[in-house]
Amino acid sequence: MRIDLEPRPARTLALDIGAPIVALVAAIIFGGIVIWLLGKSPTLAFEVYFINPLLEGWSLQELAVKACPLVLIAVGLSFCYRANLWNIGAEGQFITGGLLGGWLGILTHNEAYQGLIGGWWILPSMLVLGAIGGALYALIPALLRVWLGASEILTSLMLVYVAELGLDWLVRGPFKDPEGFNFPQSVVFDDIARLPFLAEGERLHAGVLLALIAALIAAFVFARSLFGFEVRLIGEAPRAARFAGFDDRKLTLTVFVISGALAGLAGICEVAGQIGQLTPKISPGYGFTAIIVAFLGRLSPVGILVAALVLALTYIGGEAAQVELSLPSDMTRAFQGILLMCVLVADIATRYRIRLRLGAAA
Amino acid sequence: MTSEMFQLILMTVVTAATPLILAAIGELVTERAGVLNLGVEGMMIMGAALGFAGAYASGSTTIGALCGIVAGTLMAALFGLLTIGLAINQVASGLALTIFGLGLSGLLGTGFVGLKRDAAPQLHIQGLSDLPYMGELVFGEDPFVYAAILLVAGTAWFLSRTRAGLALRATGDNHQSAHALGLPVRRTRFLATLFGGACAGLAGAYLTLAYTPFWSPGMTAGRGWIALALVVFASWRPWRIVLGALLFGGATVLQLHAQAASFGLPGQLLSAAPYLATIVALLFLSSGARRNAAAPAALGQPFIAPR
Amino acid sequence: MINEREMHAAPLLSLRGIVKRFGSFTANDQISLDIHEGEAHALIGENGAGKSTLVKIIYGLLEPTEGVIAFHGQPVRLAGPEAARAQGVGMVFQHFSLFDNLTVAENIALVLPRKTPLSGLRDRIAEVADRYRMPLDPDREVWSLSAGERQRIEIARCLLQDPRLIILDEPTSVLTPQEAYALFETLDRLKDEGRALLYISHKLEEVRRLCETATILRLGRKVGSCDPRQESSRSLAALMVGSAICDIRSPATRDLGSERLTVSHLSLASEDIHGVDLDDVSLSVRCGEIFGIAGVAGNGQSEFFAALSGERLAQSHEAIRLDRLAVGKSDITERRKRGAAFVPEERNGHAAAGDFSLTGNFVLSRHATVGLISRGLIHFGKARALTAEVIATFDVRKAGEDPAARTLSGGNLQKFVVGREILSEPKILVINQPTWGVDAAAAATIRQALVDLAARGAAVLLISQDLDELFEICDRIAVMHEGRLSKAREARGVTREEIGLLMTGDGPEGSAHAH
Repeated sequence: MRIDLEPRPARTLALDIGAPIVALVAAIIFGGIVIWLLGKSPTLAFEVYFINPLLEGWSLQELAVKACPLVLIAVGLSFCYRANLWNIGAEGQFITGGLLGGWLGILTHNEAYQGLIGGWWILPSMLVLGAIGGALYALIPALLRVWLGASEILTSLMLVYVAELGLDWLVRGPFKDPEGFNFPQSVVFDDIARLPFLAEGERLHAGVLLALIAALIAAFVFARSLFGFEVRLIGEAPRAARFAGFDDRKLTLTVFVISGALAGLAGICEVAGQIGQLTPKISPGYGFTAIIVAFLGRLSPVGILVAALVLALTYIGGEAAQVELSLPSDMTRAFQGILLMCVLVADIATRYRIRLRLGAAA
Repeated sequence: MTSEMFQLILMTVVTAATPLILAAIGELVTERAGVLNLGVEGMMIMGAALGFAGAYASGSTTIGALCGIVAGTLMAALFGLLTIGLAINQVASGLALTIFGLGLSGLLGTGFVGLKRDAAPQLHIQGLSDLPYMGELVFGEDPFVYAAILLVAGTAWFLSRTRAGLALRATGDNHQSAHALGLPVRRTRFLATLFGGACAGLAGAYLTLAYTPFWSPGMTAGRGWIALALVVFASWRPWRIVLGALLFGGATVLQLHAQAASFGLPGQLLSAAPYLATIVALLFLSSGARRNAAAPAALGQPFIAPR
Repeated sequence: MINEREMHAAPLLSLRGIVKRFGSFTANDQISLDIHEGEAHALIGENGAGKSTLVKIIYGLLEPTEGVIAFHGQPVRLAGPEAARAQGVGMVFQHFSLFDNLTVAENIALVLPRKTPLSGLRDRIAEVADRYRMPLDPDREVWSLSAGERQRIEIARCLLQDPRLIILDEPTSVLTPQEAYALFETLDRLKDEGRALLYISHKLEEVRRLCETATILRLGRKVGSCDPRQESSRSLAALMVGSAICDIRSPATRDLGSERLTVSHLSLASEDIHGVDLDDVSLSVRCGEIFGIAGVAGNGQSEFFAALSGERLAQSHEAIRLDRLAVGKSDITERRKRGAAFVPEERNGHAAAGDFSLTGNFVLSRHATVGLISRGLIHFGKARALTAEVIATFDVRKAGEDPAARTLSGGNLQKFVVGREILSEPKILVINQPTWGVDAAAAATIRQALVDLAARGAAVLLISQDLDELFEICDRIAVMHEGRLSKAREARGVTREEIGLLMTGDGPEGSAHAH
C-alpha cells in the first residue's frame, strides 16, 4: 500500500473550519470503538460524555470554569507553536505560577499584612506573581536553547517532573498548613485573596473573563501587529525571518515568556479560583490537554476558545463516566490522544489531497 | 563496603540502565533513518502494560516480553502511518502517541493493578556465576540484560557494516538524494520506526517483568523521555548509549540509596535528580557544532516524494 | 556513421508518445525520441519545458501516464531507478544526489547492484578514476569536497555500473570553464567506447560542441529536433524560446561616481560546519556601476551575501561601509534604512515565505523602510497598494487577488522579489544569482532592471555563477574562491579563460591576496 500526497492549490475557509469538526467526529467514532471493545455501550458513553454535561446549568458553568485554564495555556502555546518552538512543559509553568502566586496567598492568610492599606492589592499581586512564576520557569528551556542549543522539547518536559516534585515538597514542608492535621496542603486563602465569582452563588469566577480577554488580545496581535507577523514568519520560514530583520533569539525568549506567563496565570487562577489553597495536585494535566486544545483550535485564538470547551467537556464527561459507567479516567486521556491524532490528520488533509494506492510499493 | 555488596549495587545499576538501553537503542535506529519519534514514553508504557498482561495470563516471561514487543511495534506503526505515510509533523505526532499510550495502557491495565508475579529469573552458570567479585555481575544477570547488550552490538554492526545499514544512514542524511537514487525512503523509515517501537515495547516489558514485577499506571515515569535524551547524549553512536545509560542508572541507584540513608535532603529533590541530570546531559552535548555534526541531517523533516 | 547504424539495429532507447500529467497539469505531452549507441543526444529547452520530468521517466523515478519506453526495441516498464540501471541507464544529477556525511566509497556503494561485494570496491573506484583521469579519494566524506570533485563521484558512481546510456543534467552549471573542458574530454572518451549520452543543458555552445542530435522541448511538447552542429546558438535559442530574445539595452556611457559600497578586509568564520570562511575580502562599488562576483557555488558567496546584508554581523564595524558610513555591526534593517536592498539566492524560504501572501511577502523586507508600521501595527491597506505596484511594474503573473507566494512560477516569483527591492529605489543593491532557474524572458526583464537601476546612479553588486550573465551586464568582475576575492578586472579587458583560472584558484595571483 502506498499513500500519495498531492498539494492543494489553495486553502479554503470551508476546509479550515470543516477539518477540526471532521477530526472531532472521527475521534468520537474511534473513542466509541475503544469503549465498545472494553465491553461498555458506546452510545451511552457518548451521552454521558458529550450530551449530559450540556443539559444542566451548573455543568455548563463548570464547563467554562474548566475551559478557562485551557484557553489561557493554549493561547500562550499558540505563540510558541506558530514560531515552531515546542514548549511542552506548560504543565510545569502552570504549577510554578500557582506556587508563586499561592505563596502570597499563604503569606497574607488570616489578614496578615492587611492592616494598613487593606487587602485589595493581594489578588492582583497574586495574579502578577503567577504570571511571573510561569514566565521565569519557561525562560529556562528558552535560554538553554538560545545559549546552548539544547532541545526545548526535552528540557521543558523534564522541568514538568521537577515542578511537580517541587510542589509536592512545598505542600508537605514549608507551605504546609501547621494546623492541618499533617495533611499535605496549605492553608485556605482569605476570601480577599480569591478570584471573585461573577454572580452570587454561581461557579463562574473572574478567571473566565481573563481567559476571554487573553484570547481576544492574541487574535488581534496575530491579525494586525508586526510582532504577530514576526512570530508567524519565523515558524514558517526562519531564514526569511532573518532576512526580514527579525531576531530569532529574542523572539524565542519572548514567545516562551508569553506562553509561560499565560500558563502561570492559568495556574494561579486555578489555585485562587476553584481550589483556594495549594495541594499536591493542582492540575489534572491541563498543561498537556492545552496542547491538544491549541492544535484543535488550529493555533488560532478564536478556534482555541471553541476547542477548549470541547476538551473541558471530556473532563466533565470523564468524571461522570467514572461514576456512571465505571470507565477509568484514563479513557479521557486515551480519547485526547486519539483526538490529537485525528486533528493532525485533518490538518494535513487541508493542505494535501490524500490518495491511497493499494498494491503499490512504498 | 564488602565486595559482595559492591557487586550487588553494580547489579542494580545495570538493572536500572537496561530499560534505558533498550528504549534508546531503538530510538537511535529510528533517528538515524531521519525520524524523530517522541512517542517513546507512550510505546514503552504500552509495552509495560501488555507485557505484564501477557505474562500474567500465560505464566511465561517470554510470552510477556513478546507481548510487550508487539504492543510497542503496533504503536510505532501508528506513528509511522501518521509521520511517514501522511508526512505529519513528527513532534506533534510523538506527543499524541505518548498521551494516547498513557491513556490506553491505563485502560488496558485496570484489571492488573495490584497483581504480582515473580521477576524474571537471573542467569546462573555453574562455576562462572559463582566467581568472586565479578561472577554474578557478568554471568548472573537476567536474560533481558544480555538481550540489550546483544541488541547494541547488533545495531552497531548493522549500521556500520551492512549495506542495509548504509542505506538507512543515507536516508537519514538526505532523503531527497536517497529518493533520487531509488532507495525506498519511506519503507526504510517505516521499518526503522517499527524497530524503535519494538525496542521501546521490550523496554517497557522489562519494567513489569524484571525491574518491578507488577503493573501500575504511568510507571514509566519519564524513562521514555530520558531515553530520547540519551540518544542525543550518545551523539547517535550505539555504544555510547550503554555508557550513558549506566551513568543514568548509577544516578538513579545513588538517589535511592541516598533516600534510604536520608541525609536530610528532601526526598523529592533526590527524586528530581534523574530529570535534572537529563537536562545537564543535554547541555553537555548540545552546545556548538559538535551536536549538529553528529545529528542525522534530515532528522525530523517530513518527506514528501517530489514530482 | 550514425545513419548506418540506425539501419541495422534498433535504437538503444526509444520513447513513443510519452505523456506525464500531474493532476490537471501536463508536464510532458506526446514526446517521442530515439537514442542510438554511441550517440550524444541533447535535450534542450527552457526552465519548465519538461526536461527534468522526461529524464526522471527514463531513469525510472516517475512513471509515464501514457506512452512506451523501449530498450533495443523491447518495451519495458521501469518500476524504479534500479530497473533503469539494470537496462544500462546511468544518471549524473544536476543537484548532486550525494550524502554529505558518508564517504565517497559509501556513496558509490549505495547504487551498485545488491550482490556487488563491497570489499573490492576501493580498487574498482581507483581503476575508474584512473581510466577517466578523475582523481578520487574513496575515504573522504563528501561534505569536504568541491563541486567539481562531487561531480566526479556522480560520474564514477555512474560508470561503475557500466552504463550504455548516461544522462547528464546540466553537468557544467557548477564547473569552471577548465573543469568543463576536462568533463568534455571524459565524455568524448565515453562516446568512443560506444556509450550513448543524453545531455541536458541550456548552454547551447556546449551542445554544439558535444552532440550530433538535439531534441527541443517547449511547454512540455517536442517542438523540433535538429543537428545542433548545423545551427547557430542564436537559432537554437529561438527554437527553444519560440521567439527572438531582445538584447539588453545598456546606456552608452555610464557616469561612475563616488564609492557607495566599500568592503575592507572582511573576514568572517562561517556558521555552517560545512561552510566556507570569508578571508580578507575587499572591494568597492561606485555609483552607476554593476560589479560582478564570479565563482563556483560554495566558495563563500552565500556567506558573503549574509555579511553584506547584515544577516550576519561583521567583526569590525568599519569592514563594511554604505556611502562611507560604517555599518559592519548594523543589522539588516539598519542597512535598509541607509538605502541598501538585498535579493538572496534562494527564492523559497529566504527571499520569500511560500505560504504567505504576496502582500505579506512585501511586508517581509519593506516593513521598516516605507512607513508600513505605526505603534507596532501593520498598515495592510498601504502594503497592498505597494504590492500591486510591484506586480504591475514587473508584470508578475499570478492567479487570484493576493495568492500565496508558493503558487507563483519560479520566474514570476523572482520578478516579484527583485521588483520589491528595486521599487524602493535603493542606492545599493546586493543581488545573488538573480536568474537561477528562471525562464529566458523573466531573466531578460531582471537583467534589464539591474542595468536601468545602475544607470539611475545606484551601485549594484551582482553575485552569479553564470559567466554569460556577468559578461553581459557587469562593468567589473572579481572572482571568489575559497572565501577569498580576487582583484577586480574590467569586464571588457578580461577573457573567460582568465576568469575560469581564477575560479579554480589557479589565477595569476595564485592564492595570494590581491589588494
